[in-house]
Amino acid sequence: MANMTGHHSNNTDARQAILDRINTKQVTAPALPDVDVTRVIVFDDPLEKFAEMLAFVGGQAHVVDSASDIKPILDQIDVFRDATRIVSLVPEAISGTVDATQVDDPHELATIDWTIARGEFMVAENGAIWIDGDSLPHRVLLFIAQYLAIVVPKSKIVSNMHQAYEQIEGYQSRFGVFVSGPSKTADIEQSLVLGAHGCRKLQVFIVANA
Amino acid sequence: MLPIVEHPAAAKKFVTDPNRSRWHDQALWFVRSKRDKQAASLPEWEYLRETASQIKTHTIANLAFYLQQFEDNAIARGAQVHWALDAAHHNEIVLGILKDHKTKRIVKSKSMLTEECGLNHFLEDNGIDVVDTDLGERIVQLRGETPSHIVLPAIHIKKEEVGDTFHQHLGTDEGASDPKYLTEAARGHLRSKFLAGEIGITGVNFAIAETGGIVVCTNEGNADLGTSLPKVHIACMGIEKLLPRQRDLGVFTRLLARSATGQPITSYTSHFTGPRDENSELHIVLVDNGRSRLRESESFRAAMHCIRCGACMNTCPVYRRSGGHSYRATVPGPIGSVLSPTRDQNTYKSLPYACSLCGSCTDVCPVKIPLHHQLLAWRGELVGKKLLPRSKRLAMKMASRLFRSPFLFALAGKLGRTALRVLPHWATHHSLNTWTIARELPKPPKESFRDWHRKHRAK
Repeated sequence: MANMTGHHSNNTDARQAILDRINTKQVTAPALPDVDVTRVIVFDDPLEKFAEMLAFVGGQAHVVDSASDIKPILDQIDVFRDATRIVSLVPEAISGTVDATQVDDPHELATIDWTIARGEFMVAENGAIWIDGDSLPHRVLLFIAQYLAIVVPKSKIVSNMHQAYEQIEGYQSRFGVFVSGPSKTADIEQSLVLGAHGCRKLQVFIVANA
Repeated sequence: MLPIVEHPAAAKKFVTDPNRSRWHDQALWFVRSKRDKQAASLPEWEYLRETASQIKTHTIANLAFYLQQFEDNAIARGAQVHWALDAAHHNEIVLGILKDHKTKRIVKSKSMLTEECGLNHFLEDNGIDVVDTDLGERIVQLRGETPSHIVLPAIHIKKEEVGDTFHQHLGTDEGASDPKYLTEAARGHLRSKFLAGEIGITGVNFAIAETGGIVVCTNEGNADLGTSLPKVHIACMGIEKLLPRQRDLGVFTRLLARSATGQPITSYTSHFTGPRDENSELHIVLVDNGRSRLRESESFRAAMHCIRCGACMNTCPVYRRSGGHSYRATVPGPIGSVLSPTRDQNTYKSLPYACSLCGSCTDVCPVKIPLHHQLLAWRGELVGKKLLPRSKRLAMKMASRLFRSPFLFALAGKLGRTALRVLPHWATHHSLNTWTIARELPKPPKESFRDWHRKHRAK
């Protein structure tokens, strides 16, 4: 705990003071509502919607039959062919050149060109993919690589975020993230630029026989 | 005591630069239009707003319970929880953690709370190198400014000006103003800062009571990069950021980015539960700073629902034309004009008047804060406390007398119609009357409605 000095009280006192202030004003309110799932959008073809939304947020979707179909597609991308430092968390698709499990200090991953990560499921309404932190030897791999590819089973898809949170209800990982497209910014005159701090581009491989 | 903010005076420079004012207006309207498209794409949009409002109403009512539940669960997952009474206390807590780790260099991602607390200046005064990593925030930091918008911090700055700033600080080519080139330069510059950062500080978009986890939403990935390299992560949050259950995020993640920038969701929606590993630390600082007092107010409590999306700013005709800095407050625009006077009525007494009561803010607010009703309520409170200038109070008193007397009202109408007919043009259009600089007076009607009614309807 931080050591507080001067006129300010310690953590326990501050905690009590804030809770007391709140408790002096009783406010009545209705019970917590649950979302009525019959009232939210569900897509007839969620995969088609996912691909559309992924393109909208700047990513690219590739539907493939099996993991072995991924490498030929990546090989057609110049920045993959030229890449020397690749971390693959999906060895059945790509054999990486750097074993991130052997790295202690995440700073050593600063020069990674590509990360090939495993996605748990897709969300059609916004092109997002849930990545479980436990699948990453270092969570920085998702953000520090110049380029990112995510491999996700075709059958693992939901329509909306309500269903998405049902999927991860009770998950115990220390970290998890919905990734929707590459890193981006529009902070200079609202001009959209892909590749702000994280990956410059995002490839998503949707595997039918996973 | 803070100097009194006179919004009309503070806005003058921006408003009287027609090119900048129009450009700013159009940039924000563009964002508002994108928001409309996203909102219209969901048939359940209004249902989501209603549900979000109910969740927030419930949470704020039971705030003490959920704060304690959050604390218990966060500690159980290995986080350290700090409670801060006010801005100064918050800053001391953060500095204390930095001192414990003998840290001199921190990387920060966007947090309006730390802006509210003036953390950057406080840390810099204590010898800490603070790097804002959100591109917009880095731009305003390098320029020695503050954000003018809570989601788009540099929306008031033109790309040529960013080019000048980057030329000066990052050595980009003189005169270069291509956003892609400038963003690439910032990426390179900030990468080195990320790698050198010893502690990462972030804000919090949502904190989940039932899991003790926090959620941070960014497009750039800066919060993630800034917290996944150093061993220590400090997350600073207002106590109103709580949600009871993880599944409540389903509602809020659908509303936030659509309302803010017209995206279906932010690029990264990151869920942190406890520190990264056994050798890392996660500190969560819960900040009151006037929030528990705001909660006591029946009129303004709903302002605690705010998820800081900025939609009310993007749509506000006053904000769009006057720029965020004219509010002289961390949070500008409609929500800022509600929140700021709760901190200091006298300083911010002109802000509830920086509003045409058009109600557009209330219509777009994803958590249904009745913003324009609150701004009107503020005016009532301020008038009652005699915080308005004498000239306005006197005029209001006279208007009130006029409208209460049918005789005076009819007389004033007659005088006005006659005056419009007989007065020469120069009597109204001269340098002393600023109201007529850009407009003509209306043609006087031949007869009043009363006269017309008497002739045609009254039998």
